[in-house]
Amino acid sequence: MSQSAVRPTPASPTPEGGHLLDLRDLHIEFRTGEGVARVINGVSYHLDPGETLAVLGESGSGKSVTAQAIMGILDTPPAVIRSGQILFQGRDLLKLPEEQRRQVRGKEIAMIFQDALSALNPVFPVGWQIGETLRQREGMSKADARRRVVELMDLVRIPAAANRLGDYPHQFSGGMRQRVMIAMALAMNPKVLIADEPTTALDVTVQAQIMDLLADLRRDLQMAMILITHDLGVVAGVADRIAVMYAGRIVEHADVHSLYRAPAHPYTKGLLESIPRLDVRGQELATIRGLPPNLMRIPSGCPFHPRCPYAQQVCVDVVPHDLVLGDGRTSACHFAQEVRDDSAR
Amino acid sequence: MTAPASPTKVRGETILAVDHLVKHFPIRQGVLFQRQVGAVKAVDGVSFELRRGETLGVVGESGCGKSTLARLLMRLESPTAGRATLEGRDLFKASGAELRRLRRNMQMVMQDPYTSLNPRMTVGDIIGEPFEIHPDAAPKGSRQRRVRELLDLVGLNPEHINRYPHQFSGGQRQRIGIARALALRPEIIVCDEPVSALDVSIQAQVINLLEKLQDELGLSYVFIAHDLSVVRHISDRVAVMYLGKIVEIGTEDEIYERATHPYTQALLSAVPVPDPDARDQRGMIRLTGDVPSPADPPSGCNFRTRCWKAQEVCAIQEPHAVPRAADPHPSACHFAELRPTPT
Repeated sequence: MSQSAVRPTPASPTPEGGHLLDLRDLHIEFRTGEGVARVINGVSYHLDPGETLAVLGESGSGKSVTAQAIMGILDTPPAVIRSGQILFQGRDLLKLPEEQRRQVRGKEIAMIFQDALSALNPVFPVGWQIGETLRQREGMSKADARRRVVELMDLVRIPAAANRLGDYPHQFSGGMRQRVMIAMALAMNPKVLIADEPTTALDVTVQAQIMDLLADLRRDLQMAMILITHDLGVVAGVADRIAVMYAGRIVEHADVHSLYRAPAHPYTKGLLESIPRLDVRGQELATIRGLPPNLMRIPSGCPFHPRCPYAQQVCVDVVPHDLVLGDGRTSACHFAQEVRDDSAR
Repeated sequence: MTAPASPTKVRGETILAVDHLVKHFPIRQGVLFQRQVGAVKAVDGVSFELRRGETLGVVGESGCGKSTLARLLMRLESPTAGRATLEGRDLFKASGAELRRLRRNMQMVMQDPYTSLNPRMTVGDIIGEPFEIHPDAAPKGSRQRRVRELLDLVGLNPEHINRYPHQFSGGQRQRIGIARALALRPEIIVCDEPVSALDVSIQAQVINLLEKLQDELGLSYVFIAHDLSVVRHISDRVAVMYLGKIVEIGTEDEIYERATHPYTQALLSAVPVPDPDARDQRGMIRLTGDVPSPADPPSGCNFRTRCWKAQEVCAIQEPHAVPRAADPHPSACHFAELRPTPT
């Protein structure tokens, strides 16, 4: 693997103690013919250079929409960003004119998607697609771009890279296509890589290869990464911190070790108990009763209360605020202490 | 209502026997005069037995032939070679009334609850449709009642009989699919990735439902999935498939604790464990490369191109799934041995 391929970015280009990326109280809704879906309801999280934040949630929890808002690729309409800030190195991305936003997108913050086959253009060779940004934005000559594309393909460990520049996406396997996507995202040396379910469509042995690759790249290139996933197993393997999302809110935020050891939100606790484990044999699986809410009719108070075994009257009446539990942990639950003590048992 | 299997039917006896089942899909070339230039060996000599009341898990990566196997068992595809015996009768030779009777005994739950239900039919019509084909299963007057019973059995509200699929969530739709499969009181249900399209919190509900139904109705499951944790949870015995062949088969414990085939060992070590404290403690086996094309599988042992133990003999001689010295369950590897316990 060629180390010169991508220059390691300096570890901390962050202004005076701020975070590299800082989301503050983001609110997004989708206005549709049927009504208003409140998809993101006050999401705040931050990312520091070189760390991996996992955003965990089920379908409809808002994890991908948040990422799309950071990238500036939300379709507006129907989406409307009601309020909030997305600070990147101290600048609010939401206030930037589109021309400056483009300078950030891809160059500072890049993204890879779940389905590499539909994210790649089927009628152009992969070498051409990886090199497109280099030619367009860096103004590289064809020959220079080509050399750099081979470096990038080596970096993501595509075998015989130079011979495969002219191949089309359908000639690659699923795992190799995901590598092509990663090479494309790395082309401009981004400081932040957002990986939206990068291995969900892949088989388990290939998933392990891709997760290893992402971990190595992050270490070698000092990138910060936001890993969006629904898979509690994948998160445990790579993340430093976890933000758990439910109905457009972050319900629990903790470092990965303390969260798995003793979840402090009933939803996280329920999720961890409901997955069958390869290393633990149990009788019946614990379940979370009911269904995730319809985002057009989010329940009053705590949105999780209709499914929650801890729910009391206060949960129906009052929206719980983030309860700080120490060690930078927060849980948006009226009974966070109790839940954590129960989990720790 | 749903009477358990009659007492003469002994739990544990073989109910379905599959013997060297083969399915090759021809690859044709030419426009007008098509000639066969090769074959995709989707299922290539699969043998197993399913016992009454047990769950046989079938795991493998995409392209290993597990879904083709399900479609063969349901006779949605006809096999290139091989036999399957259901209740002592040859499944692939049966036709007419006998085939209808055999099919009644084996039903299927599909992966995608969104596309496997007709959006223009009510739930009552979907679950009751099997009675149109098998009118003797429920007399016309009692069908409505039977559908309500089935809805209740799978944990749905019987009052919702006139609703349409889009009014239900993914997990509820999968329950509708299960109710439809149960309508004819089958003894065997082939589940093809029944929970992989569902969210984690919903997946557990459906797995628990399948286990409850098995206990109450004495069902046998062929449970096909790629998620090894789910398969371990639900299965009594497990078959591991690679490129159209079963490479290892045994009890849940034999496969998960005492696997002797390198592919099974690698597959197991690649499963992410939801415990950050355990992440560096397991000895990981990282396979390189991808699964070869089933149109052009490697000679000898299918797995040798990705195997760290491969020797010359692996390219020449195909290993058969037979009991091995390392552990007495069938494993298709010349060098079958237990994994040293990671320290």
